[in-house]
Amino acid sequence: MARTPPPSTGPNAGVTLSSPSADHLLVRIAGDVRLADGLPEIPGLPEALAPGSEVRRVSFDATDLGEWDSALITLLLRVLSLSAACGAEADRSGLPEGVRRLLALATAVAERQGARRSAKRTPFFVRVGEGTIRAGRSLMEGLAFIGEVGAGFGRLLRGKAKMRRADFVQTLRESGFDALPIVSLICCLVGLILAFIGAVQLMMFGAQIYVASLVGIAMVRVMGAVMAGIIMAGRTATSFAAQLGTMQINEEIDALKTLGISPMEYLVLPRMLALFIMMPLLCLYADLMGILGGFIVGVGMLGLGPLEYFHQTKDSVGLASLWIGLFHGAVFGVLIALAGCMRGMQCKRSASAVGDATRGAAVTAIVSIIVATAIITILCSVVGI
Amino acid sequence: MAREPHISVEDLTFTIDRGDIFIILGGSGCGKSTLLRHLVGLQTPAKGRVFYEGVDFWSAPAPEQERIQRGFGILYQSGALWSSMTLSENVALPLEQYTRLRPKEIREVVSLKLALVGLAGFDDYYPSEISGGMKKRAGLARAMALDPAILFFDEPSAGLDPISARLLDDLILEIRESLGATIVIVTHELASIFAIGNNSVFLDPETKTMLATGDPKELRDRCPEIKVRSFLTRGEARAEADTAATAGSGA
Repeated sequence: MARTPPPSTGPNAGVTLSSPSADHLLVRIAGDVRLADGLPEIPGLPEALAPGSEVRRVSFDATDLGEWDSALITLLLRVLSLSAACGAEADRSGLPEGVRRLLALATAVAERQGARRSAKRTPFFVRVGEGTIRAGRSLMEGLAFIGEVGAGFGRLLRGKAKMRRADFVQTLRESGFDALPIVSLICCLVGLILAFIGAVQLMMFGAQIYVASLVGIAMVRVMGAVMAGIIMAGRTATSFAAQLGTMQINEEIDALKTLGISPMEYLVLPRMLALFIMMPLLCLYADLMGILGGFIVGVGMLGLGPLEYFHQTKDSVGLASLWIGLFHGAVFGVLIALAGCMRGMQCKRSASAVGDATRGAAVTAIVSIIVATAIITILCSVVGI
Repeated sequence: MAREPHISVEDLTFTIDRGDIFIILGGSGCGKSTLLRHLVGLQTPAKGRVFYEGVDFWSAPAPEQERIQRGFGILYQSGALWSSMTLSENVALPLEQYTRLRPKEIREVVSLKLALVGLAGFDDYYPSEISGGMKKRAGLARAMALDPAILFFDEPSAGLDPISARLLDDLILEIRESLGATIVIVTHELASIFAIGNNSVFLDPETKTMLATGDPKELRDRCPEIKVRSFLTRGEARAEADTAATAGSGA
């Protein structure tokens, strides 16, 4: 490759046009043409090769060409496409061997017909319609998923399901023991916050002792379950979705299917069952932690006696509240596992789809937890417990 | 240009000259891909040095390392295209980051790169919408975006049909010829090795070191190591040696 010093008058000096005769355009390229310096403009090129121009022959002179890379090929393709458009014949013989070969390569494979996409705008009503169809379809998919899980559960009860026990034990540990520190921290603080807010109001009547009742009932009946549920939605539902989604990408799920093993039974059921068992236990623990938080405020700041606080809590929290709390927990366990596994199994095959699945799992789990809480609360008040 | 790494496989000393098509050879699990990761700066060697044009890569300061790495183009085994970006966005990213080209010029260069690998018109496709072979070619277009001085290929023909593999080999040769790039390839496709390679290093998983370096055709015909010849002839050299040994003992 001949090396010449770069042109002194800036990158534009690199390419110049001249006309040896009326129908002949000579493109002279000198100096370095590299991507790092930007693509030089070719002054007068669009005018010289405008449609209807007299030019019939385009030739190149690259005797003073220095270092070059794709920038040169890009420029030449520009010239070639313009000359082809106005019917001029391009004579590439003045170009270095390497440049000619790259040009040939770049134009060797013709663009596949119909490959290029044009950006088309979809009308508003079409988009609404498509959105509705999509929403309907995803509802059906959700129902189908629940149905399949139900069928799998039926086979499990009859002892016919091929469930992976290691997954079951691991999920038990991950969603139980491993979650204890975060549940302790958050529920203790929620108990503390409830006690503080209650105390401000109750102190006006000298009724600090009822802080114990307030915290006890609130935590045991709903708050313990809801807080544990939200923690598990962020912690476990997302991890289920990411794990199953990645398995979907790696074709691990397909490998199970072709072996005749239902991924529902093998992967989804153990997770579901583990969360169904662990969530009520976790709720119980969350309740205790919340009460501990209230206890710290009641005894440490409101001057209540420890025994006094304990008895007040015991007397005001009925067994019914405890059962309702545990029921919440079990329902949340099913919802969280369903949301995580469903989004994971529906995951498409790309990295961004795993992100979508994970986010979808967290959103679905949290929304369904809150909706379920509202329904259970309304039902309880209708029944009167 | 010289490289002298000592890595998980030990005691490797070899030189890659400018314009070489250098093949990293060896059976499965011998550390070919690990060696490649060391060469491209993804993994620090436990001991030893890698020189690029006389600069010791791993003891160079970070900006110098980045400068050297900018001269690399790497084609990963499965393309490693960013799935949330279209093909043209994939190829455009290095250009946007490291050149001062205007958006319109970047589009032109991107079209050129895609045309060079035979993907003209597929600019607006997402990686999930194209086939495995096309992903590999798009990965190559991205690797070539900045006209790198050194191109690294990790198993370029794995998973390609013979014709696509052959076309990819031709493309690699063409790039070397026209752009003057140096090319380093990890592969065990014998057809490719002999068709395009002019220099190589052979790694052996058992002794955990290199057994030979040089032109693969020479190694096949004249390497004193039976393992190397056997690998390069799909085991025939070893079978011949065994026959010869049996004949010798019988005589």
